Amino acid sequence: MSAMPFRLPRIGTSQVAALLAILAMNWLVSPQFFEIRLQDGRLFGSLIDVLNRGAPVALLSLGMVLVVAMRGIDLSVGAVMAIAGAIAASLADSHSLPVVLAAALGAGLLCGLWNGILVAVFGIQPIVATLILMVAGRGIAQLITEGRIVTFTSPSLAWFGGGSVLGLPPPVVLTLAMLVLTLVIVRGTALGLLIEATGANAKASALAGVGTRLITIATYVWCGLCAALAGVVAAADILGADANNAGLWLELDAILAVVIGGTSLLGGRFSLVLAVVGALIIQAMNTGILLSGFPPETNLIVKAMVVLAVLLAQSPRLSGLATFLRGKSR
Amino acid sequence: MIRFMPLAATTVVFLLGFLACAIAFPNFASLRVVMDLLTDNAFLGIVAVGMTFVIISGGIDLSVGAVIGFTTVFLALAIERAGIPPVAAFALILVICALYGALMGAAIQYFELPAFIVTLAGMFLARGASFLLSTESIPINAPLYADLADNALRLGGGARLTVPAMIMLAVVLGGAALLHFTRFGANVYALGGSRGSAALMGIDVGRTTVAIYTLSSVLAGVAGIVFSLYTSSGYSLSAVGVELDAIAAAVIGGTLLSGGYGFVFGTFVGVLIQGLIQTYITFDGTLSSWWAKIATGLLLFAFIAFQQATLHVARRRRPAGVTSP
Amino acid sequence: MDQPQASPLLTATGFCKSFAGFVALDHVDFTLHAGEIHALLGENGAGKSTLIKTMTGVVQRDAGSLTLNGEEIAPHSAKEAAKAGIATVYQEVNLAPNLSVAQNLFLGRQPTRLGFVREGEMRRRARALVAEFGLDVDVSLPLERYSVAVQHIVAIARAVDLSARVLILDEPTASLDAHEVEVLFAVMRQLRARGIGIVFVTHFLDQVYAVCDRITVLRNGRLAGTAAVADMPRMDLVTMMLGHELSEATHVRPPHREGGETLAIFSGFGKAGYVEPFDLTLQKGRVVGLAGLLGSGRTETARLVFGAERADHGSATVAGREAKLASPGEALRLGFGYCPEERKTEGIVAELSVRENIVLALQARRGVLKPLSRREQDAIARRFIELLDIRPPDPERPIGLLSGGNQQKALLARWLATEPRLLILDEPTRGIDVGAHAEIIQLIRKLCAEGMALLIVSSELEEIVTYADEVIVLRDRAHVARLTGDALSVSGILGAIAADASQAA
Repeated sequence: MSAMPFRLPRIGTSQVAALLAILAMNWLVSPQFFEIRLQDGRLFGSLIDVLNRGAPVALLSLGMVLVVAMRGIDLSVGAVMAIAGAIAASLADSHSLPVVLAAALGAGLLCGLWNGILVAVFGIQPIVATLILMVAGRGIAQLITEGRIVTFTSPSLAWFGGGSVLGLPPPVVLTLAMLVLTLVIVRGTALGLLIEATGANAKASALAGVGTRLITIATYVWCGLCAALAGVVAAADILGADANNAGLWLELDAILAVVIGGTSLLGGRFSLVLAVVGALIIQAMNTGILLSGFPPETNLIVKAMVVLAVLLAQSPRLSGLATFLRGKSR
Repeated sequence: MIRFMPLAATTVVFLLGFLACAIAFPNFASLRVVMDLLTDNAFLGIVAVGMTFVIISGGIDLSVGAVIGFTTVFLALAIERAGIPPVAAFALILVICALYGALMGAAIQYFELPAFIVTLAGMFLARGASFLLSTESIPINAPLYADLADNALRLGGGARLTVPAMIMLAVVLGGAALLHFTRFGANVYALGGSRGSAALMGIDVGRTTVAIYTLSSVLAGVAGIVFSLYTSSGYSLSAVGVELDAIAAAVIGGTLLSGGYGFVFGTFVGVLIQGLIQTYITFDGTLSSWWAKIATGLLLFAFIAFQQATLHVARRRRPAGVTSP
Repeated sequence: MDQPQASPLLTATGFCKSFAGFVALDHVDFTLHAGEIHALLGENGAGKSTLIKTMTGVVQRDAGSLTLNGEEIAPHSAKEAAKAGIATVYQEVNLAPNLSVAQNLFLGRQPTRLGFVREGEMRRRARALVAEFGLDVDVSLPLERYSVAVQHIVAIARAVDLSARVLILDEPTASLDAHEVEVLFAVMRQLRARGIGIVFVTHFLDQVYAVCDRITVLRNGRLAGTAAVADMPRMDLVTMMLGHELSEATHVRPPHREGGETLAIFSGFGKAGYVEPFDLTLQKGRVVGLAGLLGSGRTETARLVFGAERADHGSATVAGREAKLASPGEALRLGFGYCPEERKTEGIVAELSVRENIVLALQARRGVLKPLSRREQDAIARRFIELLDIRPPDPERPIGLLSGGNQQKALLARWLATEPRLLILDEPTRGIDVGAHAEIIQLIRKLCAEGMALLIVSSELEEIVTYADEVIVLRDRAHVARLTGDALSVSGILGAIAADASQAA
């Protein structure tokens, strides 16, 4: 494994420990938590469920983490999911799978390109630039589905939700594949270094000759692609597309996953693996609350507590940095 | 008067839009349609005024939709289940909202956290709390609600200035007065212009920040009261996504999302434009609701592009020189 | 309030301040009289801003006492200092640019009735106040609509109206044109007549002689001297600011090098309002120094040559080919390297490791698709850590944790790793310890001997004369003299800097 093109995360122990603790808690609540059985060539069980349900947010976080590392943010990923899901569901029964996938993912790329150009070329703040697509994107998705919940029967697309690869649900395998692909692209090239340098100090990086504009666009494009893939997975899961609810609020979960994964909203160092771990932590909590018999409504409260805890944990760093910056400006 | 350009542009867009509607639908240009526009968008107008303060100060408040939802559920339970008189329940929820906003403002100020993420946590918490209270829609049958619903200023031709509309107009006027004609309002702009400078000029930045988020939450509480009057019920899923509509209204109304610029009146017109789009779709009958989102997104883009362009021009242009002493 | 003419208004005695072992102020005394404009001069790092910050309570002093009108005061913040009567107006005006002039003048103390600001009354008072300062502006317009000069005067008016007795003006003239400077001076003279004491920080000697009564010069955190303007001729002043610290004898001039192969020719290169068009020829194996006071256009010249700022005049030819120099990326591909003066904000990426900082420019030149393998990165980092003796010799340590000198070495390594043909260094020896200082000078000589072209900005004149083959002297954003051969000496440079602008014109 020494040839793997990525460093071992230096600060990942707390995230992994948190995930393990939550899983252990789930096990205490529901003793069958770790039971996995094989049925019709596919594995079933709560643990598999956590992986499967966590896949969309994990996919989103793979794109989001790069955008955040560049000191940006992408609020539109939920809406992009809805668009991609709508396209996939509408085309599934009339076109072949490659066409369906190309159309859905192509739409995601275009959305990312739009965001990237607004941010990098027109210099609009990321939160503002991506807000436009966040608002309009869901409307576009509804336009595609004509406001209905579009269902499909195409088995090839449905496989992404209900099939299996070596017993694992395809979303899990897809997420893993995307993680590896992103790792190869980001850490196998110089992109990772240049992203971290630009996110941490854009001025110094530009003076070192780093072409920051193209890298910014590339991160938003990748974020759009990941969102589209998550949208396809979500559509395949319910055998249809609900433009109103697909990916609703998931941009917030994705940002949360990234923050839990130790990437600062102020840019700089990032970890793809830990962002995925962050997504799994969120999902493990959701599943745990369901299993424990608490009303699912408590979910949001727990999530809020986690956000607060992570924020407070990061706060000394933030305030330290703020003092540092203030000291410099005077 | 470059300052008023975005405001003027918004107003022109609204008037042109109204004209287009009036031409398309013969019975559109009536006092009744205008009054309905005010009533239907009353809660959005109220919460958008609070959002205008927050955005001008350089922040953002994502929690307002959830606070509205919480308020409606709280009111329904307090009035229907606990038997608290509606007016006392209103007072109680406004106090709760004020504390909630103050807490978020304090977290933003004293932990130096981004407003975006603090109010996001606030949104989760408020929405989760209302889910915990009840997941069902609870009708409110208190006599006061019926009274308030009937109590409207009848303007003839079937036009009624309802209580929600009156409250919104009062909030818009009050908000405009507070923002444009008081020391506090000037401090809000100063914070949006530059936090560091504001502190050096002797403004208590911490207190102002806390006050701004308190105001936003209280107005969200008022919007929640109006929402419950409008629907005569409390539901934890009400007003989902209203924060986005409020932000969009502020931006369309000429408020700069990076802070420092904006007018309460512009936000009011921004709310009316969004309402107009909805009304157009209702009148047309064949258009679907999603066009509202797309149209809002397009308007948002147009106004952000417009702002970016004017900023660019302003930076390019050499500032006015010293006039000879 | 009848005060004797010579009674001190503000007295700082024995001010000391060190930051993490670095002594920023070493027993500095400073006295300001009422009705006096007092120039506070010194190069970057001389201690001017630390003195101002300790006097206004922004930074707490380690030792020393401060008296205002004979009373001991100890402000703990700018706000407390302002309350005591000491106001500071910074170069980047600390006002709210989006608020009206009137609101800026009265923010926090607007006249109100029933809680509402009396707009008409406030504007009337604002008009009266700005009129006192000879300003004819529409006080209802946002401040940002006006020039920096007007903004400065508004800030001064606000401070004075808040009953300031001491006014500290920190480089107010840096971005003003000649006419605007005159307007500001008129205001300063008027305040002097009112008995207000003004501390005036500037880089422009002409301005010192035009408006000031006394001069205090700081150098390396110590008081270099203080005197009435009349008793301090220009040459003495420049010498005091940049002058001799080491005896000339310890320096060995390098043998005069013949100009090697020409690398780059800049002709009529410049940018309006930034640096006047200049001609510059850079040759392999030759060091060109840029000397002048702070703000004279040294750094600006370096940034134009590197493409960090885009020139709007003239042409550049690099290795026989026309070059646009539109971005640092292009300069990098041409084989240029640039270590900026602002090491912390524009040089290092504090969060990243020494290794990553060293390979950054090389990686940027190779492009995203040709990553340096971890092994190559390690080798490069190790080589330069050893070559430049970077301490601690740990390539994985975040560079922000290193000392200034070692950060500077790592930045040099960043560029050396790209094997540049031209290296541009802006104040390469500023703020670093003596040991690293000598090593960097040594390195400059070595690189030059190996055939690299160097363009070096420095205010250490004794140093620059020992390694430069040619020194260009800048004044008021223009190249005013080119010294080579025997003319190239500390006194020659000082003379060129001190030469009166009116003589040159």
